[in-house]
Amino acid sequence: MGGSVIEYPVIWLQCATCTGCSVSVLNSVSPSIKNVLIDEVIPGKHINLRFQATIMAGAGDMVIEEMEETWQNKKGSYVLVVEGAIPTAGDGAYGSIGEKDGKIVSMLSRVESLGRDASATIALGTCAAFGGIAAATPNPSQCLSVGRIFKLYNIATPLINIPGCPPHPDWFVGTLASVLLQGLPEPRDLDEHKRPKAFFAQLIHENCPRRAYFDEGKFAKRFGEPGCLNELGCKGPVTYADCPLRRWNGGVSWCIGAASPCIGCTEPGFPDLLSPFYQKLTEVALPSIGQSPRGGLTGGKNYYRSGNPH
Amino acid sequence: MGRIIIDPVTRIEGHLKIEAVVEDGEVKEARSSGTLFRGIELILRNRDPRDAQRITQRICGVCPTSHSMAAALALDSAFGIADKIPDNGRVMRNLILGAAHIADHILHFYHLTALDYVDVTQIARYEGSSSALNSIRKFIERGELGPFIPRYEGDYRLPDRANQEAIAHYVEALNMRRKAQEMLAIFGGKMPHNCAIMPGGVTEIPTVDKITSFLWRLNELRGFIDNTYIPDVLAIAKVYTDYLEIGGGCGNLLSYGSYDLDGREADLTKRERLFKQGAVSAELNLDEFNPSNIAEQVKHSWYADSSNGRRPTEGETIPQAEKAEAYSWIKSPRYGAKVYEVGPLARVMASYASGSPKVQELVDHVLSELKATPTSLFSVLGRHAARALETKFVADAMPGWLLELKPGEPAYIKSTVPEEATGMGLVEAARGALGHWIEIKQGRIANYQCVVPTTWNASPRDDSEQPGPIEQAITGVKIRDETNPFEIVRIVRSFDPCLACAVHLVTSKGRKLGEVDIL
Repeated sequence: MGGSVIEYPVIWLQCATCTGCSVSVLNSVSPSIKNVLIDEVIPGKHINLRFQATIMAGAGDMVIEEMEETWQNKKGSYVLVVEGAIPTAGDGAYGSIGEKDGKIVSMLSRVESLGRDASATIALGTCAAFGGIAAATPNPSQCLSVGRIFKLYNIATPLINIPGCPPHPDWFVGTLASVLLQGLPEPRDLDEHKRPKAFFAQLIHENCPRRAYFDEGKFAKRFGEPGCLNELGCKGPVTYADCPLRRWNGGVSWCIGAASPCIGCTEPGFPDLLSPFYQKLTEVALPSIGQSPRGGLTGGKNYYRSGNPH
Repeated sequence: MGRIIIDPVTRIEGHLKIEAVVEDGEVKEARSSGTLFRGIELILRNRDPRDAQRITQRICGVCPTSHSMAAALALDSAFGIADKIPDNGRVMRNLILGAAHIADHILHFYHLTALDYVDVTQIARYEGSSSALNSIRKFIERGELGPFIPRYEGDYRLPDRANQEAIAHYVEALNMRRKAQEMLAIFGGKMPHNCAIMPGGVTEIPTVDKITSFLWRLNELRGFIDNTYIPDVLAIAKVYTDYLEIGGGCGNLLSYGSYDLDGREADLTKRERLFKQGAVSAELNLDEFNPSNIAEQVKHSWYADSSNGRRPTEGETIPQAEKAEAYSWIKSPRYGAKVYEVGPLARVMASYASGSPKVQELVDHVLSELKATPTSLFSVLGRHAARALETKFVADAMPGWLLELKPGEPAYIKSTVPEEATGMGLVEAARGALGHWIEIKQGRIANYQCVVPTTWNASPRDDSEQPGPIEQAITGVKIRDETNPFEIVRIVRSFDPCLACAVHLVTSKGRKLGEVDIL
């Protein structure tokens, strides 16, 4: 058996992040994070995580060398995972990872060089996928998403966005497993924001257990009341993710399960276009019974409320 | 004279670089710098104040729960409802925060710390029947050992059997910390970044099934803490005895107190809390905590001197990258102009010095096991022991809190956002004292300041040239092997640094000792 196992080298870069994406992935239930990292997560295939600063044993130059050795010797065969947005202000001076020849190396430069030679890149979390919190107004470090960086630097490496603040561990592990089993996703497997349709094809609102309240016009006016959370600011009608079906943390609950409105954390406009979080969506043509919610809701960012705080 | 540069310091939260000047095998001088800038306090400005408890959680995905608590407490006081939170809301907040601390401390000991003391590669020689250890042996035989290799070599001291047990516990602890986060999500909705803690209480209403589900996850975790976590810390302390003697730091400890046991006292410094408020000296004298003693100094930080010595309520952040004497983007918070360490050791010792019988019993038991005195807790392994003990202290208090909940009754009180107000939220994050200060004008956030644990612990020298706690803890330490500086990373990790928190306004590093070199 031993000799027939295929190793899949992975480099996991943390840029302008809070580490919440890493912590969320540690919460994977089945497979557990131990199954993902130690075992053959798919029979005959092993994820070989060569660089991940939150859990790796080594520190300093030795781990930077490990990263660069993988980059040089595994060109076209390693997967790059990026967590966090990429600071571009001052040519990337606002964030760095390690040093080379006594000089710091910016996150921007790492993503550019490692991204160009990767077999595929996964932008994990809303910051990496769309800019997210790190790029929120006034975007003090001029953070950009991985996709924007790839466009700026003409990098053609296939990109998969797995947004969420944080992303659900199943979204990441499931995407990784599908790459191991079936290869890279076809364009038809991703939506227009490069999100896997397997997880992001339906609106929260479509599958919400409080949907019946909405259809009956029963709205909660304060936290803790029964009713649809629309008037308390729920962004479920404009947010694509399968949270109502999948639920979080081993399925114990999720945001609306805790009677708290969805804040739209998987959407490209998060957080600026989806806040104030506790203010009712406006200028949205919400569906009524029997109407596809998509009818009135797709078609660009104009469906977000316009009351951006800035 | 040599210089050790560790960049990045791994197995912590965030981006940290440590530089140490070594002479004759001893650290003469140490500097720490953060290497990422996001500017969350600037991002908060002009937003709806109620969004603060969602956005400040994104300062740190490891300790978001503490930020949501500090923000909610700051907003409670700004909205004038600090003494009106329903008991259900107060207790559920405690339970959510307690679950976060249990998860965080298990993660810190097993997954961020243990690889400094245990040897994964030794499992290649394992011959027993544990399926977890056999799967690790198979992993080693395949030959691709990331993320466990490379690493520092030459100082893994546990006997084979103890080492094997510790590795098995590393794997078990992955499940335990996950279960603690599931427990948190029962009332918190999800983790990281809970959605239930709000100004006014908690959005969730407790139900009997949720209480029971929480209780039995908690009981499983309490079994793990008692029978695995605390014994493992003691086992390592008995082998690495020299680490009870190094890494002492500044000797002064500060705790804001945490876990509100009383919801009717609006003043957080007077409120009855499970962990006591107070400033503790190296002689274990406890002084009353007064937040107006906190001021941030910036002589050695890249900020304009005009912002020097400000209290957080008047905090200002004016970056000035070309400042000659500066070497860090972290400010130096000081308490009464003195250097203070925050964290589990501070919490435990404040409660110990205040005479809490439960804490005294726990601490005295561990000290007798280790044949040590209370002052030897000011050390690398003392911090780990304090962290393990307080995990038990909090976890043991939680079943009683669960029984205080009144199923089906409100956990939230409605309030309105004032046009103008200020608020202060003080709480204990897993890694130490956390304060949020908010100023509201025209119903929007006009100013938001966070003073976080790692700003205290990783602070640079202050106006009177006193180095910060981590700098003091490294200085004077003998390094056995400069290419494998175990001593430095073991000391730094004992503080459980959280750089994303400390560095709200930090920029590039790339600076050398004594000179500023911004790229």
